[in-house]
Amino acid sequence: MNGGDLQIPFRHRQAAHCESGTIANLLSWAGLEISEALAFGIGGGLFFGYFPFVRINRLPLVTFRKAPGAIFKKVVRRLGVNFEVRKFRDPEESMAALDAILERGIPVGVQTGVFWLPYFPPALRFHFNAHNLVVMGREGGDYLVSDPLFDVILRCPRRDLMTARFAKGALAPQGRMYYLEKVPERVDLAGAVRSGLGEVVRVMLSIPLPIIGIRGIRFLARQLEGWPARLGERKTVLYLGHVIRMQEEIGTGGAGFRFIFGAFLQEAAELLDNPRLAERSREATEVGDRWRDFALQGARFCKGRDDGASSPQRLAALLRGCADGEERLFRGLRGDL
Amino acid sequence: MKKDEVPQDQAILGPWQELFYAVDEDGRYVLAPSRGWEAATVANLQAWEVIAEEMEQALSAVRAGRASPLAFHMARCQMNPRLLSRYVGIGWWRVRRHLRPAGYAAMGSDLRERYARIFGIEAAELDRLPEQVQLPVPRVDEL
Repeated sequence: MNGGDLQIPFRHRQAAHCESGTIANLLSWAGLEISEALAFGIGGGLFFGYFPFVRINRLPLVTFRKAPGAIFKKVVRRLGVNFEVRKFRDPEESMAALDAILERGIPVGVQTGVFWLPYFPPALRFHFNAHNLVVMGREGGDYLVSDPLFDVILRCPRRDLMTARFAKGALAPQGRMYYLEKVPERVDLAGAVRSGLGEVVRVMLSIPLPIIGIRGIRFLARQLEGWPARLGERKTVLYLGHVIRMQEEIGTGGAGFRFIFGAFLQEAAELLDNPRLAERSREATEVGDRWRDFALQGARFCKGRDDGASSPQRLAALLRGCADGEERLFRGLRGDL
Repeated sequence: MKKDEVPQDQAILGPWQELFYAVDEDGRYVLAPSRGWEAATVANLQAWEVIAEEMEQALSAVRAGRASPLAFHMARCQMNPRLLSRYVGIGWWRVRRHLRPAGYAAMGSDLRERYARIFGIEAAELDRLPEQVQLPVPRVDEL
């Protein structure tokens, strides 16, 4: 069962995105001080994919980032750090294992389903099962939790945490937890940054599938134009609202991770001593602003305030503008590397 | 997005603020807190409207004697029979049976407890359904 109180001296930093925030905080705890944006970029987090044949709550999957867990894997590999990752069948066993690591004074990252986290704002309590947070201690019957989406350290009752770690359905965490075993003495940050950048450029420009990267954005634009005729107005509103949610709802840092990526490029410019990347950062900001404009006009359409400026045709044109901006950005980056 | 353009619209998140990446006067990226953005809020509330519709359908089915109260709680917790069955740890065909009034009436107290725990209520509260569907968020047209 639960032992006595303990609190690991862990520096909690609020972040925009849970996965890159968690890993940045864990690495910083171990002495490898990196920002969330840097972790996101090294992990090659930026992505676009529109998968109309994959359904989430009957809505087509659209994503602005890589699959959950993929950023973590790439950061670990590119920095050469050692994480122990464990999954469990038995919830009680998983909590005992968590306690054992905490008692060694090591903070533990866990994957959870947000529906079961009592401190989450009710408006955001959906069945999303790939939310990452750090457990950093115990107090009374509760765990002390450093959740990167929040500005303070929170308490989470043991039973709720256990349920959240064994949430069911898509992306079920199965008690997944991870903690740092070893950080190497020397880390090749510049090399890791280059790998992350290269991956994003490759994925966004060169994957030979019409639903991924900039081609995916153009594909979505074409589909969107056809929605009113094919699905009717009600479903068009639902589909469009879903795209906006994936782009702007909590955890993207704004504009579907495009602004985090801009912050990453700015850091990369200094790390690689390459001022052209600072120029690309400005381009990324400008692309992000286009996405924000798309979301703004899209929301007007969803609210039924379409005065022509937010018709599906105009929205599709905005999306093509995003695709054009990203194509320029990533072609430029390919030349810079 | 410039730092002073970071939206501070009506909040549906309570006191909590999320972080945005925005550019300051010197062109440097900084983290900027935001209370919320109407465009994102509209999309969020729209997702809740779909949940509300499912709750309303379940509620009238229960009142018409076509479904058991579990149908309402399942909709309230954004679940379907398959997901619910994984949480309760029984086959989904059994959940389907319990979603009908007769199957529900035949359920033992152990199963009632297990369902209630998943739904975050006491077993005695399973039969208590609200007059009207209530959401933890405002409705879209209240914005």
